[in-house]
Amino acid sequence: MADKELTRLTIHEAHQLLKQRQISSVELTKAALKRISDVESKVHACLAIVEDGALEEAERADEYMRTAEDVAPLTGIPALIKDVICTRAIRTTCGSRMLEEFVSPYDATVIERLKAQKAIIVGKTNMDEFAMGSSNEHSAFFPTRNPWDLSRVPGGSSGGSAVAVSTGEAVYALGSDTGGSIRQPAGFCSVVGLKPTYGRVSRYGLIAFASSLDQIGPMTRDVTDCALVMNAIAGHDSRDSTSVPHPVPDYTRQLIADIKGLKLGVPREYLVEGTQDEVRAALETAIEKLRELGAEIDREATLPYTKYALAAFHVLAPSEASANLARYDGVKYGFSEADATNVIEATAKTRQFGFGPEVKRRIMLGTYALSAGYHEAHYLKAQKVRTLIKEEFDRAFEEYDALITPTSPTVPFKLGERMDDPMQMYLADVCTLPINIGGVPAISIPAGFAGDLPIGMQIIGRPFGEEQILRIAFAFEQATDWHKRTPEL
Amino acid sequence: MKLSNDLVRHIASLACLGLSEEEVERFSLQLAHILDNVELLGQVDTTGVPPATHIVPLQNVLRADEVSGSYSQADILANAPRLAEKCFKVQTILE
Repeated sequence: MADKELTRLTIHEAHQLLKQRQISSVELTKAALKRISDVESKVHACLAIVEDGALEEAERADEYMRTAEDVAPLTGIPALIKDVICTRAIRTTCGSRMLEEFVSPYDATVIERLKAQKAIIVGKTNMDEFAMGSSNEHSAFFPTRNPWDLSRVPGGSSGGSAVAVSTGEAVYALGSDTGGSIRQPAGFCSVVGLKPTYGRVSRYGLIAFASSLDQIGPMTRDVTDCALVMNAIAGHDSRDSTSVPHPVPDYTRQLIADIKGLKLGVPREYLVEGTQDEVRAALETAIEKLRELGAEIDREATLPYTKYALAAFHVLAPSEASANLARYDGVKYGFSEADATNVIEATAKTRQFGFGPEVKRRIMLGTYALSAGYHEAHYLKAQKVRTLIKEEFDRAFEEYDALITPTSPTVPFKLGERMDDPMQMYLADVCTLPINIGGVPAISIPAGFAGDLPIGMQIIGRPFGEEQILRIAFAFEQATDWHKRTPEL
Repeated sequence: MKLSNDLVRHIASLACLGLSEEEVERFSLQLAHILDNVELLGQVDTTGVPPATHIVPLQNVLRADEVSGSYSQADILANAPRLAEKCFKVQTILE
């Protein structure tokens, strides 16, 4: 099989071919590495590539598959990992100068779980520093570019992972999502991205941004692959006390192309002012398709507290970040400024030179919101509004099986366009961040194009209702071919 | 609106974050702009609403206190910027 075809395979296609010995893991991994060397100078999606290590793992996987009776779905298939997830064998920089040389002493739980299936980890992907950003321009190293238009951003903060899946640098990737960081770049690059319910996937080994909002999730070429990666990574982990001991279903079980009788709400608050006409039009077409497929659509759905979500998020996330990032003091690991006369000065300088502008901005905002005199009006108030938003989701899901919204109000924007205006950048996540506040799951799937620029549709589900939103996404995917389009590079 | 430069410096000192004068100036404007948006929360009536402390219903997560393996000293010191006799080396904290 030609390299070009090998780099377009989904997980489930590659798995079948591997099992039938029509291809080997080494061939598949070599094709991914070749693709990386061909396109990386254009898209800059990767921060580390472990060529030799990946090929050794692939050889071992091939060896294993020669005799194994039962081959797991991810065995022998190359993946890329967002650089916020700790890996023992590869540096974990978090897109920051602060961790430029950091090598974790342990693998994150999700990495252990991929390795248990003999997945091939090819490298780490670029991201906004400490996962703070919506465009990958806040990477301390270089910005990633959108393969659909190299003058535009891929979204963020999991921009590198989205681009890698879109271009064929890996068959799938892991991302993390605090306010939209999986779904928004998935939408911008025309791939599938799922943010699981808070607590569904272990955060052990995920470098913390905002611990009550962060989740790891799959970024894949289609919905079936998304379910397969969820099967691998979901589940309780005693090392993450916020992970939930609910049993993990087989997420492929509900992948049936039938949504007859499901009731879907389209909350009007998500079609915010500033939503581009092309995005509205694509969503209309997608909703019509869901109706044709037998879903009952309610255009009158309303979640009025949505309009406070952005404000609540920009209190809660920076507050948690300011506490989480207090650990970067230049003593145990990370960048350290030695030119100082005392420990306070050393710490302040370490943080001044180790962190980039967006990280500093969020530390400042969070410290302000938590400080004496402002704590009650900001942090406590935002936590109360969070309760109201969560209750509003609960009420909505008494009436609807899922909610349908755009993933982002706009198509991918130009590099540099929003860098001088943090509020404009934050608005890129206006449709995705309420979901993290509510702790519920949501998926973004390819749902159209404006010219060559991708548009994503977001499907929001009940807590631990991943199966339901995967089913809706699968039915839509079977009836459309947006996910089959690939960028020309 | 603009935060005073002194307030920006005060917050930076609470966060133990060094800032250049240019950053102080920039943050005094940018933070004020973001906080203007946050003011929107004041419109919400939250009388009697409990603050969300946790979004999924988990309480008192306990585990057995069992002895288990840990990391070697070498693993933990491997990333240290400065070492002295197998210890992390820091600046003087007492004169």
